[in-house]
Amino acid sequence: MSLHLESNAPGGPIETSWQRHKQASKPVSPANKRKYTVIVVGSGLAGASASASLSELGYNVHCISYHDSPRRAHSIAAQGGINAAKNYPNDNDSVWGLFHDTVKGGDFRARESNVYRLAQVSNSIIDQCVAQGVPFAREYGGYLTNRSFGGALVSRTFYAQGQTGQQLLLGAYSALSKEIGRGGVKMHTWTEVLDVAVVDGVAKGVIMRNLKTGEITRLAADAVCLATGGYGNVFYLSTNAMKSNCTASIRAYRRGAGFANPCFTQIHPTCIPVSGDHQSKLTLMSESLRNDGRVWVPKKKGDTRKPSEIPDAERDFYLERIYPTFGNLVPRDVASRAAKRMCDDGYGIGPSGYGVYLDFKYATERLGERAVGDRYGNLFDVYTKITGDSPWNTPMRIYPASHYTMGGLWVDYNLMTTIPGLFALGEANFSDHGANRLGASALMQGLADGYFVLPYTISKFLNSQTGGFSDTNHEAFREAEDSVNKKVDSLMSIGGSQSPDTFHKRLGKIIWAECGMARNEAGMTKALGEVRALRDEFWSDLKVVGGKDGLNQTLEAAGRVSDFIELGEMMVMDALSRDESCGAHFREEHKTADGEAKRNDEDFCHGAVWEFTGDKQAPDRNIEPLSFDYVPPSQRSYK
Amino acid sequence: MKIKLNIWRQNGPNDPGAFKKYDVEVIPDMSFLEMLDVLNEDLLHKGEEPVAFDHDCREGICGTCGAMVNGVAHGPGDKITLCQVHMRAYKDGDEIWLEPFRAKAFPIVKDLIVDRASYDRIIQSGGFIDVKTGSAQDANLVPISKPVADQAFDYAACIGCGACAAACPNASAMLFMGAKVAHFATLPQGQPERSQRVLNMVAQADAESFGSCTNHQECVAVCPKGIPMSAIAMLNRDLFAAAVMETGTE
Repeated sequence: MSLHLESNAPGGPIETSWQRHKQASKPVSPANKRKYTVIVVGSGLAGASASASLSELGYNVHCISYHDSPRRAHSIAAQGGINAAKNYPNDNDSVWGLFHDTVKGGDFRARESNVYRLAQVSNSIIDQCVAQGVPFAREYGGYLTNRSFGGALVSRTFYAQGQTGQQLLLGAYSALSKEIGRGGVKMHTWTEVLDVAVVDGVAKGVIMRNLKTGEITRLAADAVCLATGGYGNVFYLSTNAMKSNCTASIRAYRRGAGFANPCFTQIHPTCIPVSGDHQSKLTLMSESLRNDGRVWVPKKKGDTRKPSEIPDAERDFYLERIYPTFGNLVPRDVASRAAKRMCDDGYGIGPSGYGVYLDFKYATERLGERAVGDRYGNLFDVYTKITGDSPWNTPMRIYPASHYTMGGLWVDYNLMTTIPGLFALGEANFSDHGANRLGASALMQGLADGYFVLPYTISKFLNSQTGGFSDTNHEAFREAEDSVNKKVDSLMSIGGSQSPDTFHKRLGKIIWAECGMARNEAGMTKALGEVRALRDEFWSDLKVVGGKDGLNQTLEAAGRVSDFIELGEMMVMDALSRDESCGAHFREEHKTADGEAKRNDEDFCHGAVWEFTGDKQAPDRNIEPLSFDYVPPSQRSYK
Repeated sequence: MKIKLNIWRQNGPNDPGAFKKYDVEVIPDMSFLEMLDVLNEDLLHKGEEPVAFDHDCREGICGTCGAMVNGVAHGPGDKITLCQVHMRAYKDGDEIWLEPFRAKAFPIVKDLIVDRASYDRIIQSGGFIDVKTGSAQDANLVPISKPVADQAFDYAACIGCGACAAACPNASAMLFMGAKVAHFATLPQGQPERSQRVLNMVAQADAESFGSCTNHQECVAVCPKGIPMSAIAMLNRDLFAAAVMETGTE
């Protein structure tokens, strides 16, 4: 164990920690800001908001995206909403309430200080977005409206129909565009970051590949921020976009950035079930649907009747039955496992038997078609387009799918990784959601990090640097570029017979089967061997056609899949060594009498931080002990 | 079922390009892009270069995908993107012609992929509200009536896919611009920069070689998000008002 894992969170009362931390960090003087250059990798909620905010402050910013436009980042696909502690509905919400629910929802595996700060800045996010013109849903009186999400007993979620992520991202994109137009941000589209240059222990730039020309170049800066999203595509089938990947994070990990809690992956309960082997992705149906939709399966095993032919008395509304207090609005991990249990026990519906119903008949009877249409109309349309069925006439069929990853690069209170000068924001870091993320808090965290946290915390680091670093001829850059070139050349030259997609699908099947919703030692030990064998097969039987000097999507995919294989191995090792259940990490060996996750706080109340030790070598497991001084750990109960 | 494909292959911006024929076996539940995945897997095994096509979220919101399918941007279906087309829209033996979005301001990168950076530059020229991080007032300070907020949302739903310009005989970006102009013009937050915004955006569109609107309404017919013609009307109205204010004459 050699990683230095000091959280740098200020002690003392948590309510004033952030205030005191800001007061203690000296701002960079306005005249000096222009001397500093910051690279931001990614243009989603975290990356776009950070780029825009840093540029407004006067820093020179480079924003890098592999997309053709910064607006394509996958934050755009988030549907349901964004939490904030405004308490507009007068239902006794508060910063404390949002903090408490998030720590509890994360099953006591997040850092309290970070979560408290997240809750504190949540209100400013809503203000900022409204000022940008984000069209949140409103009441007839003109004031903002809220809805409920899983894991909370208050309505604190702001939303814009089922397209909240799109509207928030377009807000951040417009702020970023404003700064690009002004000349404060230099935007690099069609550009993929393939390595981080670490000069004398400090991140000083990146190696990047122009996806149109294949050209590999060096870019120097005084700090590097990764806002590159999560690694949910390790499962191949997920609600993530096709290009979402872990490449920048894994390459940073290989350079010395600790990777925390990779086994904390969220399986979202309400997605459209898999229909066949050709399937390339899974589509989420927003959690907001569980506000009014009722989840059920037939009471009789293997019931093949149409849903309309099954009377109410023969329907098992199992979430309402098992969890009467939260009902259909239990947290995601709880809802997902309940669906899996029902299907494993033979009550599942649909052609594969792996599906449950989400029914709007009752809401339509209670509220009328118009109200239901207002709330969910566009989601119903999405469902109809994909399945050919209309939720107005028949219940939706849903099943859990990989959606979000709580694990990520370890960061301290300043969002800095274990490599000085390298920061991680949004889903790419590990800090705020513990072992399970509550709905509507990913958008909150991405924007909190980019608008209101990093612009303050980066100044402490920048003040320690002279600024204006530009030496791309430094040995560290040369070595990093060489290693990128070597990797590209070796991917091109294997000359095997299987496509990157084939390997990706095979990896996904292994991980889903043994390290998905339920995990056990025997299965994971087997999976670890399979992943390692797959890695060896990848490097001996990969097939890439075309050249490296120009657009080559197969080559891009090959590089990403190689990193997913590495991450998959680390994920299984993490899940194996965390010999407890917590949140979304469910070890079958550790469950309560009624089948819920059973934590082991004595041995595992910590973040597990993996440290790269070399190719084909087991990484070291470091720990950051967690303490809960404000929300005492308890068995989560949603009954 | 079997589908006959004629796909535009073009190795780079300066390559002349041509249609190439392919046969592919599909099932009705496949999405259109999954059909291209199947074709590409097959091409790769034969040692041929896969068809380059752009795509990402595959659920109709990121705006990355798009192509002309038998001459129609995003293919068959009302208010959908290409990734949302499923092969159940076709029958055995159907022939499909697949080309990139064509507009001077969308140079071809490769095969079906075009570069739509011109749309980004239009937004960078003025398609935003200039509010710095941290300077916003409380979100509930200015009430906005629900119908107004809903209308702003409908305009803001644009995904920037480029279908409007690709479908337009003039390769006009007016629906794209109109959506952004109308989104902000509908809201109180958008008023202070209202005139300058529309002037800057239209000037940038002209510089990018997008054409003007002559009311063919092909854009509205293919828009996956149903942006209405009123967006263009609002753009024209604001442009006229801004031009009058700028020159001081009528």
